[in-house]
Amino acid sequence: MDIKVNVRESNDDAYVVELGGEIDVYTSPKVKDAITELIDQGHYNLVINLEKVRYIDSTGLGVLIGGLKRVREHGGSVNLVCTNPQIKKIFDITGLVKIFGIFDDEVGAQKALA
Amino acid sequence: MTERERPRRGGADTLSGRVELRIPNRPEWVAVARLTIAAIANRLPFSVEDIEDLKLAIAEACTTVIQSGEGEGTIDIACETEPGELRIHVRDTRPNRADVFAERSEASGTEGLGVFLIQALMDEVRHTVDSETGTELVMIKRVGA
Repeated sequence: MDIKVNVRESNDDAYVVELGGEIDVYTSPKVKDAITELIDQGHYNLVINLEKVRYIDSTGLGVLIGGLKRVREHGGSVNLVCTNPQIKKIFDITGLVKIFGIFDDEVGAQKALA
Repeated sequence: MTERERPRRGGADTLSGRVELRIPNRPEWVAVARLTIAAIANRLPFSVEDIEDLKLAIAEACTTVIQSGEGEGTIDIACETEPGELRIHVRDTRPNRADVFAERSEASGTEGLGVFLIQALMDEVRHTVDSETGTELVMIKRVGA
Protein backbone atom coordinates (compact mmCIF):
# COMPACT_ATOMS: atom_id res chain seq x y z
CA MET A 1 0.00 0.00 0.00
CA ASP A 2 1.43 3.32 -0.96
CA ILE A 3 0.58 6.97 -1.26
CA LYS A 4 2.62 9.62 -2.98
CA VAL A 5 2.04 13.31 -2.27
CA ASN A 6 3.69 15.99 -4.36
CA VAL A 7 2.96 19.67 -3.74
CA ARG A 8 3.94 22.38 -6.21
CA GLU A 9 3.06 25.96 -6.97
CA SER A 10 1.27 26.34 -10.27
CA ASN A 11 0.89 30.11 -10.58
CA ASP A 12 0.64 33.19 -8.38
CA ASP A 13 -2.32 32.05 -6.35
CA ALA A 14 -2.77 28.31 -6.72
CA TYR A 15 -1.06 25.18 -5.54
CA VAL A 16 -1.28 21.71 -7.01
CA VAL A 17 -1.40 18.67 -4.74
CA GLU A 18 -0.59 15.68 -6.90
CA LEU A 19 -1.57 12.39 -5.32
CA GLY A 20 -0.70 8.88 -6.40
CA GLY A 21 -1.51 5.41 -5.12
CA GLU A 22 -4.23 4.42 -2.69
CA ILE A 23 -6.03 6.74 -0.27
CA ASP A 24 -7.61 4.88 2.61
CA VAL A 25 -7.86 4.97 6.41
CA TYR A 26 -4.12 4.24 6.67
CA THR A 27 -2.78 6.67 4.08
CA SER A 28 -5.30 9.54 4.25
CA PRO A 29 -3.60 11.24 7.25
CA LYS A 30 -0.60 11.93 4.99
CA VAL A 31 -2.88 13.60 2.44
CA LYS A 32 -4.61 15.56 5.20
CA ASP A 33 -1.27 16.78 6.53
CA ALA A 34 -0.21 18.08 3.09
CA ILE A 35 -3.48 19.94 2.53
CA THR A 36 -3.57 21.31 6.08
CA GLU A 37 0.00 22.60 5.75
CA LEU A 38 -0.86 24.50 2.57
CA ILE A 39 -3.94 26.07 4.13
CA ASP A 40 -2.05 26.96 7.29
CA GLN A 41 0.47 28.75 5.06
CA GLY A 42 -2.34 30.83 3.59
CA HIS A 43 -2.86 29.04 0.28
CA TYR A 44 -6.59 28.83 -0.31
CA ASN A 45 -6.84 27.95 -4.02
CA LEU A 46 -5.93 24.33 -4.54
CA VAL A 47 -5.95 21.87 -7.40
CA ILE A 48 -5.87 18.29 -6.20
CA ASN A 49 -4.76 15.98 -8.97
CA LEU A 50 -6.13 12.46 -8.55
CA GLU A 51 -4.97 11.16 -11.93
CA LYS A 52 -2.47 8.74 -10.38
CA VAL A 53 -4.81 7.63 -7.61
CA ARG A 54 -5.90 4.04 -8.06
CA TYR A 55 -8.25 3.89 -5.09
CA ILE A 56 -10.01 6.25 -2.70
CA ASP A 57 -12.46 5.52 0.10
CA SER A 58 -14.63 7.58 2.42
CA THR A 59 -11.70 8.62 4.60
CA GLY A 60 -10.04 10.12 1.51
CA LEU A 61 -13.28 11.84 0.56
CA GLY A 62 -13.50 13.16 4.11
CA VAL A 63 -10.05 14.72 3.82
CA LEU A 64 -10.98 16.43 0.54
CA ILE A 65 -14.26 17.71 1.99
CA GLY A 66 -12.45 18.99 5.09
CA GLY A 67 -9.96 20.83 2.91
CA LEU A 68 -12.72 22.36 0.83
CA LYS A 69 -14.58 23.58 3.91
CA ARG A 70 -11.46 25.25 5.28
CA VAL A 71 -10.47 27.05 2.06
CA ARG A 72 -14.03 28.24 1.52
CA GLU A 73 -13.89 29.98 4.90
CA HIS A 74 -11.17 32.12 3.33
CA GLY A 75 -12.89 32.61 -0.02
CA GLY A 76 -10.85 29.91 -1.72
CA SER A 77 -11.73 26.75 -3.57
CA VAL A 78 -10.59 23.22 -4.35
CA ASN A 79 -10.81 21.79 -7.84
CA LEU A 80 -10.09 18.16 -8.62
CA VAL A 81 -8.48 16.52 -11.62
CA CYS A 82 -9.90 13.05 -12.18
CA THR A 83 -10.65 10.88 -15.19
CA ASN A 84 -10.67 7.44 -13.52
CA PRO A 85 -14.25 6.17 -14.02
CA GLN A 86 -14.30 4.18 -10.78
CA ILE A 87 -13.24 7.19 -8.71
CA LYS A 88 -15.61 9.50 -10.55
CA LYS A 89 -18.37 7.01 -9.81
CA ILE A 90 -17.70 7.38 -6.07
CA PHE A 91 -17.97 11.17 -6.32
CA ASP A 92 -21.16 10.70 -8.28
CA ILE A 93 -22.80 8.25 -5.83
CA THR A 94 -21.98 10.44 -2.84
CA GLY A 95 -23.19 13.60 -4.55
CA LEU A 96 -19.77 15.22 -4.22
CA VAL A 97 -19.79 16.05 -7.94
CA LYS A 98 -22.05 18.90 -6.89
CA ILE A 99 -19.64 20.47 -4.43
CA PHE A 100 -16.29 19.89 -6.14
CA GLY A 101 -15.25 21.12 -9.54
CA ILE A 102 -14.00 17.99 -11.30
CA PHE A 103 -11.86 18.45 -14.41
CA ASP A 104 -10.10 16.24 -16.93
CA ASP A 105 -6.77 18.07 -16.67
CA GLU A 106 -4.84 20.49 -14.50
CA VAL A 107 -5.12 23.37 -16.99
CA GLY A 108 -8.91 23.31 -16.82
CA ALA A 109 -8.89 22.98 -13.04
CA GLN A 110 -6.52 25.92 -12.64
CA LYS A 111 -8.41 28.14 -15.07
CA ALA A 112 -11.62 27.54 -13.15
CA LEU A 113 -9.97 28.76 -9.93
CA ALA A 114 -9.06 32.09 -11.45
CA MET B 1 -6.64 -17.74 6.17
CA THR B 2 -8.34 -21.08 5.66
CA GLU B 3 -10.48 -22.41 2.89
CA ARG B 4 -13.03 -25.17 3.21
CA GLU B 5 -14.64 -26.06 -0.06
CA ARG B 6 -18.18 -27.32 0.06
CA PRO B 7 -18.94 -30.76 -1.42
CA ARG B 8 -18.73 -30.56 -5.18
CA ARG B 9 -21.86 -31.47 -7.05
CA GLY B 10 -20.62 -30.55 -10.48
CA GLY B 11 -18.59 -27.99 -12.39
CA ALA B 12 -20.34 -24.91 -11.08
CA ASP B 13 -19.68 -25.91 -7.48
CA THR B 14 -15.97 -25.44 -7.90
CA LEU B 15 -16.93 -21.79 -7.42
CA SER B 16 -18.43 -22.54 -4.01
CA GLY B 17 -16.28 -22.10 -0.95
CA ARG B 18 -15.62 -20.26 2.26
CA VAL B 19 -12.56 -18.22 3.11
CA GLU B 20 -11.93 -16.76 6.55
CA LEU B 21 -9.59 -13.92 7.41
CA ARG B 22 -8.87 -12.32 10.79
CA ILE B 23 -7.11 -8.97 10.79
CA PRO B 24 -6.01 -6.71 13.63
CA ASN B 25 -8.33 -3.77 14.23
CA ARG B 26 -5.81 -1.28 12.81
CA PRO B 27 -5.67 0.88 9.64
CA GLU B 28 -2.57 -0.73 8.15
CA TRP B 29 -4.40 -4.04 7.76
CA VAL B 30 -7.34 -2.80 5.70
CA ALA B 31 -5.39 -3.17 2.45
CA VAL B 32 -4.94 -6.87 3.20
CA ALA B 33 -8.70 -7.31 3.47
CA ARG B 34 -9.19 -5.37 0.24
CA LEU B 35 -6.71 -7.43 -1.73
CA THR B 36 -8.06 -10.69 -0.33
CA ILE B 37 -11.61 -9.83 -1.38
CA ALA B 38 -10.37 -8.91 -4.86
CA ALA B 39 -8.64 -12.28 -5.19
CA ILE B 40 -11.75 -14.15 -4.05
CA ALA B 41 -14.08 -12.12 -6.27
CA ASN B 42 -11.83 -12.92 -9.22
CA ARG B 43 -12.89 -16.56 -8.93
CA LEU B 44 -16.43 -15.53 -9.85
CA PRO B 45 -17.47 -13.91 -13.13
CA PHE B 46 -17.69 -10.42 -11.63
CA SER B 47 -16.84 -7.44 -13.82
CA VAL B 48 -13.81 -5.30 -13.03
CA GLU B 49 -16.20 -2.61 -11.82
CA ASP B 50 -17.95 -5.07 -9.48
CA ILE B 51 -14.61 -6.12 -8.02
CA GLU B 52 -13.70 -2.48 -7.38
CA ASP B 53 -17.07 -2.06 -5.65
CA LEU B 54 -16.35 -5.08 -3.45
CA LYS B 55 -12.90 -3.76 -2.54
CA LEU B 56 -14.42 -0.46 -1.50
CA ALA B 57 -17.24 -2.10 0.47
CA ILE B 58 -14.94 -4.33 2.52
CA ALA B 59 -12.60 -1.42 3.20
CA GLU B 60 -15.50 0.74 4.36
CA ALA B 61 -16.75 -2.02 6.65
CA CYS B 62 -13.32 -2.47 8.24
CA THR B 63 -12.80 1.28 8.49
CA THR B 64 -16.14 1.70 10.26
CA VAL B 65 -15.02 -0.76 12.93
CA ILE B 66 -11.54 0.75 13.25
CA GLN B 67 -12.83 4.29 13.60
CA SER B 68 -15.03 3.26 16.52
CA GLY B 69 -12.09 2.03 18.58
CA GLU B 70 -8.79 1.34 16.91
CA GLY B 71 -6.64 -1.46 18.29
CA GLU B 72 -9.32 -3.26 20.27
CA GLY B 73 -10.16 -6.84 19.30
CA THR B 74 -10.02 -8.15 15.76
CA ILE B 75 -12.04 -7.86 12.59
CA ASP B 76 -13.17 -11.29 11.46
CA ILE B 77 -14.06 -11.61 7.80
CA ALA B 78 -15.70 -14.61 6.16
CA CYS B 79 -16.38 -14.83 2.44
CA GLU B 80 -18.80 -17.37 1.06
CA THR B 81 -18.87 -17.84 -2.67
CA GLU B 82 -21.62 -19.40 -4.72
CA PRO B 83 -21.73 -19.53 -8.51
CA GLY B 84 -23.89 -16.41 -8.65
CA GLU B 85 -22.94 -14.41 -5.58
CA LEU B 86 -20.40 -13.47 -2.98
CA ARG B 87 -21.43 -13.03 0.68
CA ILE B 88 -19.05 -11.19 2.94
CA HIS B 89 -19.43 -11.33 6.71
CA VAL B 90 -17.54 -8.68 8.67
CA ARG B 91 -17.57 -9.12 12.43
CA ASP B 92 -16.54 -6.53 14.99
CA THR B 93 -15.49 -9.00 17.70
CA ARG B 94 -15.62 -6.59 20.62
CA PRO B 95 -18.44 -7.73 22.92
CA ASN B 96 -21.04 -5.47 24.49
CA ARG B 97 -20.57 -2.74 21.94
CA ALA B 98 -23.24 -0.78 20.15
CA ASP B 99 -23.92 -1.57 16.49
CA VAL B 100 -21.28 0.63 14.86
CA PHE B 101 -22.81 0.11 11.43
CA ALA B 102 -26.20 1.35 12.61
CA GLU B 103 -24.59 4.33 14.33
CA ARG B 104 -22.69 5.29 11.21
CA SER B 105 -25.67 4.84 8.91
CA GLU B 106 -27.52 7.42 11.01
CA ALA B 107 -24.55 9.79 11.24
CA SER B 108 -24.60 13.05 9.35
CA GLY B 109 -21.79 14.54 7.30
CA THR B 110 -18.71 12.60 6.32
CA GLU B 111 -19.07 10.11 9.19
CA GLY B 112 -21.89 8.38 7.42
CA LEU B 113 -20.23 8.20 4.00
CA GLY B 114 -18.69 4.77 4.47
CA VAL B 115 -21.89 2.93 5.34
CA PHE B 116 -23.73 4.91 2.68
CA LEU B 117 -21.25 3.66 0.07
CA ILE B 118 -21.62 0.06 1.26
CA GLN B 119 -25.38 0.29 0.88
CA ALA B 120 -25.07 1.90 -2.55
CA LEU B 121 -22.58 -0.60 -3.96
CA MET B 122 -23.82 -3.92 -2.56
CA ASP B 123 -27.01 -5.72 -3.56
CA GLU B 124 -27.99 -6.62 -0.01
CA VAL B 125 -26.72 -5.40 3.37
CA ARG B 126 -27.79 -6.36 6.88
CA HIS B 127 -26.26 -6.19 10.33
CA THR B 128 -26.91 -7.96 13.60
CA VAL B 129 -25.70 -7.44 17.15
CA ASP B 130 -24.85 -10.16 19.65
CA SER B 131 -23.71 -9.04 23.10
CA GLU B 132 -21.20 -11.89 23.29
CA THR B 133 -19.87 -12.30 19.76
CA GLY B 134 -20.10 -8.68 18.58
CA THR B 135 -21.66 -6.92 15.63
CA GLU B 136 -21.80 -8.58 12.24
CA LEU B 137 -22.33 -6.92 8.89
CA VAL B 138 -23.32 -9.11 5.96
CA MET B 139 -22.87 -7.78 2.42
CA ILE B 140 -24.05 -9.64 -0.66
CA LYS B 141 -23.00 -8.93 -4.23
CA ARG B 142 -24.60 -10.87 -7.05
CA VAL B 143 -23.05 -11.48 -10.44
CA GLY B 144 -24.71 -9.40 -13.11
CA ALA B 145 -27.12 -7.70 -10.69
